[in-house]
Amino acid sequence: MKKTHVTTKVNGDTVEFLADPRASLLDCLRDDLGLTGSKEGCGTGDCGACSVTLDGTLVCSCLVLGVEVEGREIGTIEGMADGQELHPLQRKFIEHAALQCGFCTPGFLVAAKVLLEQNPDPTETEVRYWLAGNLCRCTGYDKIVRAVMDAAAEMRQEAA
Amino acid sequence: MRYHRPMTFEDAAGLAAAASGVTRYLAGGTDVLVQMRAGMVQPDDLIDLKAIPGASDITRTEDGGWRIGVAVSGAQLGAHEAFRADWPGVVEGLELVGSTQIQGRATLTGNLCNGSPAADSVPGLVAAGATVEITGTGGTRSVAVQEIPTGPGKTSLKPGEVISAILLPPRGEHAGDAYLRFIPRTEMDIAVVGCAVSLRLDGDTVSEARVVLGAVAPTVMLVPEAAEAIIGTTLDEAALEALASAASAACNPIDDKRGTKVFRIEVAGVLAKRAARIALTRAKGA
Repeated sequence: MKKTHVTTKVNGDTVEFLADPRASLLDCLRDDLGLTGSKEGCGTGDCGACSVTLDGTLVCSCLVLGVEVEGREIGTIEGMADGQELHPLQRKFIEHAALQCGFCTPGFLVAAKVLLEQNPDPTETEVRYWLAGNLCRCTGYDKIVRAVMDAAAEMRQEAA
Repeated sequence: MRYHRPMTFEDAAGLAAAASGVTRYLAGGTDVLVQMRAGMVQPDDLIDLKAIPGASDITRTEDGGWRIGVAVSGAQLGAHEAFRADWPGVVEGLELVGSTQIQGRATLTGNLCNGSPAADSVPGLVAAGATVEITGTGGTRSVAVQEIPTGPGKTSLKPGEVISAILLPPRGEHAGDAYLRFIPRTEMDIAVVGCAVSLRLDGDTVSEARVVLGAVAPTVMLVPEAAEAIIGTTLDEAALEALASAASAACNPIDDKRGTKVFRIEVAGVLAKRAARIALTRAKGA
């Protein structure tokens, strides 16, 4: 199988890789670029563990081919913290114990970050609908929703 | 598998016409990549349409209608306020498909070409009287949206043909549309029954109507008898009952894990009434 040379931006850095045309963006991120924060839960777009942004739009990286991202901009969980400084969502997930096994967490964080960029003051219902494509089998979702609401409040500089 | 990225629809059609094995077009990929992964489809040639100029554009046509590119996502369509103001029923149909992540990629054209009888975005398009522009090696032709699906997973597109845009007519005055579906939970499911209604008022009287049902027959189905039941009425209780009866009578559903035949026939009538009421409210500008 002839591989295709792909040049793209990941978290602001220009990267290159050779993609099998059948390989998903998720496989390219994990296996070719060593960015293993995005997880494969289902591989069929149901669980959201592989959530990334593609030119700012939230997508499942398992439902994008690596060869499709030539010249695009990708955002992954690895780009969320600023060096050692965690993003407010990451801190609030820890504070609220919004994770147990942690497998779904990168996807939830990436998805929640896009939500708060578009809607800094979401209602609980809006948070739950937005995150309906991210599945968690540990927490029962309540702690995740509370962490997102609290992070949103902090980012708006309101006490929750 | 060969991955192609043509720059025109003519080239895309030419690639498909010249291909001897299994060919698939790629827009949002939310169906085809899942099918590839499951091993249901192993394309020899995968033709990505997203690099073609205009494929991701929503544009007002000269006659006041709309041209929707084949790669326009649900997120993009939902954020387009002028389009939503004209055809809210079309937008709400597409927005019901999948999660936020799926909305980032899923397209109207893909939902249509996947050929599911339960496709949520298709009834709204048929109710709107939308057409598709098809490009083949010999030129382009236009056909009504309801002519595309021919059965579950099947379309009337010939080898070497590709849909190059979806076209919606001008909305005009005093008109509204709506799409509703029944699912046993609140989100993230496949329609047990879907119903779209588009209508126009002349004063308080319904002067034009189109009623479309999904998931109750092998294809999404335009139901002219249901439209006739409300044309010339003010959508009073008697007209709504006649609409429900006509919608239920048109159903030819199957029993499956999502619902029984009897249930689907009943719900089709209920949804037709509710969708007609919403379309009426929108037509009155409320």
